[in-house]
Amino acid sequence: MVATEERVAITLAVNGRDEQVSVEPRWLLSDVLRRECGLKGVHVGCEHGVCGACTVLLDGEPIRSCLMFAVQAVGHQLTTVEALGTADHLDPVQQAFWEAHGLQCGFCTPGMVLTARALLDRNPNPDEETIRETLSGNLCRCTGYQFIVDAVLLAAAKRAEDAEQGA
Amino acid sequence: MALRGQSVPRLEDARLITGRGRYTADIQLAGQLTALMVRSPHAHARIRSVDGDRARALPGVHAVYTGQDTKGVLNPIPTAWLPPGSDLATTDHPALAWDVVRYVGDAVAMVVADSLAAARKARDLIEVDYEPLPAVTGVTEATAPGAPLVHEGVPGNRALFWHAGASTDEVEAALRQAEVRVRLPLVQQRLIPNPMEPRAAVAQYDPSTGKLTLWATSQNPHIHRLLVAGVLGLPEHRVRVIAGDVGGGFGSKIACYPDEVLVAHAARELRRPVRWVEERREHFVATTHGRDHVEEVELGGTRDGILTALKVRARANLGAYLSTAAPGVPTILFGLIVNGAYDIPHVAVDVEGVYTNTTPVDAYRGAGRPEATFLIERLVDRFAREVGMDPVEVRRRNLVAADRFPYTNALGITYDSGRYHAALDRALAMLDPGQVSRHREEARRQGRLLGVGVSTYVEMCGLGPSEVAGAVGFQGGLWEHALVRVLPTGKVMVMTGASPHGQGEETTFAQLVADRLGCSLDDVEVMHGDTDLVSMGWGTYGSRSTAVGGGALSVALDRVVDKARQVAAHTLEASVGDVVLEAGRFYVQGVQDRSVAFAEVALKAHLAWSLPAGVEPGLEAQASYNPTNFTYPYGTHVAVVEVDPETGDIHLRRYIAVDDCGPRINPMIVEGQVRGGVVQGIGQALWEGAAYDRQGQLVTGSLMDYALPKARFFPPIETDALETPAAHNPLGVKGVGETGTIAATPTIVNAVLDALAPLGIHNLDMPLTPERVWQAIEASGWKAAAGGQGGVQA
Repeated sequence: MVATEERVAITLAVNGRDEQVSVEPRWLLSDVLRRECGLKGVHVGCEHGVCGACTVLLDGEPIRSCLMFAVQAVGHQLTTVEALGTADHLDPVQQAFWEAHGLQCGFCTPGMVLTARALLDRNPNPDEETIRETLSGNLCRCTGYQFIVDAVLLAAAKRAEDAEQGA
Repeated sequence: MALRGQSVPRLEDARLITGRGRYTADIQLAGQLTALMVRSPHAHARIRSVDGDRARALPGVHAVYTGQDTKGVLNPIPTAWLPPGSDLATTDHPALAWDVVRYVGDAVAMVVADSLAAARKARDLIEVDYEPLPAVTGVTEATAPGAPLVHEGVPGNRALFWHAGASTDEVEAALRQAEVRVRLPLVQQRLIPNPMEPRAAVAQYDPSTGKLTLWATSQNPHIHRLLVAGVLGLPEHRVRVIAGDVGGGFGSKIACYPDEVLVAHAARELRRPVRWVEERREHFVATTHGRDHVEEVELGGTRDGILTALKVRARANLGAYLSTAAPGVPTILFGLIVNGAYDIPHVAVDVEGVYTNTTPVDAYRGAGRPEATFLIERLVDRFAREVGMDPVEVRRRNLVAADRFPYTNALGITYDSGRYHAALDRALAMLDPGQVSRHREEARRQGRLLGVGVSTYVEMCGLGPSEVAGAVGFQGGLWEHALVRVLPTGKVMVMTGASPHGQGEETTFAQLVADRLGCSLDDVEVMHGDTDLVSMGWGTYGSRSTAVGGGALSVALDRVVDKARQVAAHTLEASVGDVVLEAGRFYVQGVQDRSVAFAEVALKAHLAWSLPAGVEPGLEAQASYNPTNFTYPYGTHVAVVEVDPETGDIHLRRYIAVDDCGPRINPMIVEGQVRGGVVQGIGQALWEGAAYDRQGQLVTGSLMDYALPKARFFPPIETDALETPAAHNPLGVKGVGETGTIAATPTIVNAVLDALAPLGIHNLDMPLTPERVWQAIEASGWKAAAGGQGGVQA
C-alpha cells in the first residue's frame, strides 16, 4: 500500500567531477554524498541542522547537507573535505588544524575545516571574535574550541604567506 | 631528541583532517541491511500487543523483532558494577521490552530492511498497543510514600543504599561541636553526553565459522565482547568486537546497550550484515545520561576557618535500569572523595540510588567525581562567607599539605602526591587579584556585577588496582595489556588494550616507544580497538589510559630492551651489564666506537643465525600491568565572570586552569584535554540540563532544546601545569581526561554566586540560565533598594 518512491537520475557536480546518481527526491544531500558518492567524510551528527558536522560547500558557501535534498543541489558546485587535500598535499586550513591540535575525535572536523575555509576565502584576515562567531554553527564536544580558533588564525597566516610567495 | 615531553602533532590526524577516518557508520559491507528501533513514546506503560505484520509484509523488509521474539532467546542486559554492602536491587533488563516499558526511548521492536527508506516505512507501520501507567521522573517523587513503582519487585524504588566513612552519629556529634556549620541543598542536574558521533553498530555473522564480528562505537571493546557474547549466548572466542575511529564518548560509549546486541542477533539470524546508526533524537532518549543528584550537604568547622566535619546525603537518579557501570558512579567514584583536597577528619556519606521512569544514567565525563567536587567546593565557599573569610584563605588552611603525602582521607583512600598550595599560588599569580579588584569596582560603577570563583580540586582516576576493583564490586580487572612487536627492519607495532576515541593515544604511545627505542615516530604503529588483534584490555575511561595502558606499554618496552640488549651484547662481545641503549644504538659503556643500531639488533634477533644461548628468536614482548593505586590529579581553577543584572546574562571574562597531571608526555594533547574538559564543565554550570515533564517526556530532546557550548561563549582559557609524579606507575602520570570537567563546574558557579553575594543570593541551581539568574535578582529586592538604577550597594 505504500508505493516505492520513484527515482530520478540527476547529475551532481561534486569535487570537480560530475556524478550521475539515481535518487529518490526525498533523499537528503548528506545521505546521497555518503551512500551514493562514497564520500564518508560527510559526517552526519544530528540530522536537524544544528551540529554542522555534515557541512559541505555549495558554490563555495558552507551549507548543512542534512537540510537539503540532493535534487536541490543540481546545477551547483559541491565541495567536500575529500577535495580539500590529501595527507601528502594538505590545504593550509587542514595543515593548520593538524599543527594547532584543532581536533580530537575528528568527527566535527570536516565541517569545521570547510567552514573555516569558506570564512578565509571571504575574509582572509579575520579576528578571533569573527572566527568564534563563524564557528558557532559547528559543534565540537572535545576541544573546547580554543585550538580550533588558533588553527583558523594559523591558517590565515599560512595563506597570507603562500600568497606572498606566489606573488 | 627526547620525544617524551614534546608537543608533536598527532599521528591520527592525517586521516581525520582529510575525511578518511574509519567510523562505524562508514562501514558498508556487501548485502548489508539497515536496522531501526521502535521506541516507547510513554515513560511507563504496559504493552498489550505489538503487531509487526504490516511491516513484515512491506517489500524490502527482512525481519521485525519484538520483545516476545527475543524473550528467552537473548539474556538480559547485565550490570557490571555491584558495590558490596549497597543492598543493590538489580532487575532484569530485556533487550526489547515485552511486558512493560519503563522510559521514553525504551526499545520495543526492531525492523531490519534493505534500505533506510524501507526501514523507516516499516517502523511507521508497527503498531504497539500501550496501556499507560503512572510515571515518576525525579528522586523526590519516586521516593515519596505511595509512589508508582518502576519495578514491581523494588519497594520504594530504592535501587541501592550505600554508606561510607564514619557513622552518621559520630559526624553529627562533630557538627554539633563545630563553631560554625553551613548546610546546602544542592541539585546536580542530569546531563546528556552528546559526543558528536552518534552510537552505531554493524554486525556480520559467518555461519561457516560461527564467528560474529561487531563493529561498534565502543570505549571498551573487550568488555563489549564479554557482555555481548553473554547476552547472545555465544562463546567469547567466536565474537570479535572492533572499535575503529570513535567520535568521542565521554562515558556514553562504555555501556552495553540493547541496540548492539539486537543488531548482532539479527545478523546471526538473517545471515546478512546489519547496521544500525543512532539518530540524534534517539541519542537523547536511548543513550545513557549523566549526574542527576539531589543532595543535602553540611560542613562544620572553627571560626578561624578549620574544617572539621562533613555530612553528605545524596539521592542519585539512576533511571529505569541499572546501566553497565551505573551503581559504582554515585557510590565508589563519588562517596570516597567528597572531602576533596581538604583534610577533614569526620566525614559520613549516605547515598540512595533511585529508579525512575527516565533514561538510564551511567558514567559521564568525571563520573561521580564532578558531583563530589561540586558539593565540597560549594560548601567551602559558603563556609568562608559564613565565617567572613576569603574563600581562598579557607582553602589554604585546609588543603592537604605537600609534606603529608601519601595522604589517607577519612574515607580510606590514599592520595598519591601533590603540591596543592603551589597550584593555588600559581593560579592566583596568573589572576592578578589587584587587577580583579579594579575591574570589580569598574563593573560596579557601570551597574554590572563581577565575581571571582575558585576551585581547588582533586580527583581519583587511573582505575585501578585489580584487587580494589574486586573489593568495590567492579566486575572486571582494570589492569591493562600491551604488546610491543619489533619487526626485522626495526619498525615497531604496538597493540594496546586502551581504546582511545579522541584522546590521541596513538601519538602519546608512539612517543613513549620512539623515546625508549630511539626510533622515529613514523617507525611506530599503535593499534587498538580490535579484540582479535589485541590480547586483552579494559578500555578507555576514568582517565586511565596513559596511567595504566601506558604503564603496561612501559613494562613491555623494558622487556623488549632487555632482550635486545642480550642480542646486542652477544654481537658486541660484551657482557650484558656493560651494554646501554642510547638514541637508538647499543653501546658498550665507556667505549663509544663499539656499537650496534637497534634496528640491526632487531634483524639479528629475527634471523637468529647467532643468538646467545637461551635467547628465543624474534623481538617482541608483552606486559599486563596492574597499578598499585589510583592516581590523583589536582589543581586550582579560577574564573572571573560578569553578571548583567538587567538580563541575568553571564559573561565569562577569564578562565584560568592550573593542573597537575604528572609528567606530560605531550603537553599539547594535555592542554587540549584540559580546555575541552573545562568547556564541558562550564556547559553544566551555565547551559546544559535534561528536563522531563510530569508525564516523563524529555522536553530537552534535541540539539535545539538542549544547549551545548559554542565557540563564541568563551574567552581563551589560560593554562599552566605543575608536574608532580604519581608514585604508583612507571610513567608517574596521573591522568587528565576528566580534570577540566570536574573543576570547571563549581568554579563557575562559585564565581556567579560571588557576583551575586552583595544581593544576598547564596545558592542557585544549575544551569545558571539568564532567566534563573534574573529571577533571583528580581526576588532579592535589590533593584528596588537601589532605586531601580541597578547600582550595587556594597
